[in-house]
Amino acid sequence: MVRLLDLPEVERRHLLSKACVPLPGEPFVTGRPLRERRVAIVTTAGLHRRDQPAFQIADTGYRVLPGEVAGRDLVMSHTSVNFDRTGFQQDSNVVFPIDRLRELEAEGAIGSIAAYHYALMGALWEPPEIEATARAIAGFLKQDQVDAALLVPV
Amino acid sequence: MSAVAHYIEEEGVPTTGISLVRENTLAMRPPRALWVSFELGRPFGAPHDTGLQGRTLRAALALLERTDGPVILEDFGEDAPPSAPEEMEGLACPVPLPRPPVDATSDPVAAVAAEMAVLAPWYELAVTGRGGSTVGLCGLNMPAALAFLGTLLAGDAAPPAQGLSLAQTVRFATEDLRNWYLEAASARPGGSAAPRALADWFWGETAAGRLILRLHPVCAASPDRALRALARGALVPRTQQHRI
Repeated sequence: MVRLLDLPEVERRHLLSKACVPLPGEPFVTGRPLRERRVAIVTTAGLHRRDQPAFQIADTGYRVLPGEVAGRDLVMSHTSVNFDRTGFQQDSNVVFPIDRLRELEAEGAIGSIAAYHYALMGALWEPPEIEATARAIAGFLKQDQVDAALLVPV
Repeated sequence: MSAVAHYIEEEGVPTTGISLVRENTLAMRPPRALWVSFELGRPFGAPHDTGLQGRTLRAALALLERTDGPVILEDFGEDAPPSAPEEMEGLACPVPLPRPPVDATSDPVAAVAAEMAVLAPWYELAVTGRGGSTVGLCGLNMPAALAFLGTLLAGDAAPPAQGLSLAQTVRFATEDLRNWYLEAASARPGGSAAPRALADWFWGETAAGRLILRLHPVCAASPDRALRALARGALVPRTQQHRI
């Protein structure tokens, strides 16, 4: 588990050494009840289909994952070797919970699932370096009528 | 992750998300985050635990209906269950491997190939169970990827995979090798072991782990700057570098 006290010292020191400076402003957008919302996943796990380009070191690009994508068709090319891959290898929902999201849609807990989800590779860049990509993704989300973005680290 | 949420919310799209390191999320102050105590690499808890995954997802999405922002950091109230009996009993060797029939020091590639022959039925089972594999990033089949790494280790010129640089081929070939072993190990009898036990097994007890550990100084001393960068941070996990 990731309570810092439970981690090996070298990992704990690394995580706490990250410069976590809050960005200026505190945006907070409210909206419709969850049962009416359109939900997209934005993952920083470096996921993509096998036929899409792998993520490179310090990659600030993104990959588009079609809404109907099957978890078994996803691979991971995140550049960090410092987190567990075996959970994802056994069940992609542990990183990209698309089947659980489809269950929520089926029972009416959310309104709908986006036509597209988005994957980034969350390592070796500073916030300003990912800003253009994040704002571009926001534009695509709005065009898809998404009003709930689920951000998932790894 | 927090920065991406900030920028997307600033563009007018409501966000919620998972936090894996509470201290860092607390400092970064994204609009909404659910802190979970799960392992790094497992933001929704545990493979095939659909109940835990679903409860985590519901809790994260529920934050979207909260109005007490602009910064909401909620703690999820559940831990992931222990992965397997090994975790509870403290055993560190999730996969019994026979001693390779060849000397791993004099012929590391043959030692890995011998191990892979033992593990191959479990890898095949893992692929059947998942409906696919996460192996294949470098575009070489496993014997070719292994031969490439062996050539590099021997100090000979190793031609990179098509469309990839030398460093990219090393990165993806080592990742493929590691993923192949871990997929096989996860399919063995007795269910999945704890992630740290599997990592200790791969890096501490397999010929494949030893091969990559022996590649580290080769990459670190290479005239190729990208290979040296790979050795610094993307070849061996921080928690395993004491084995180099």
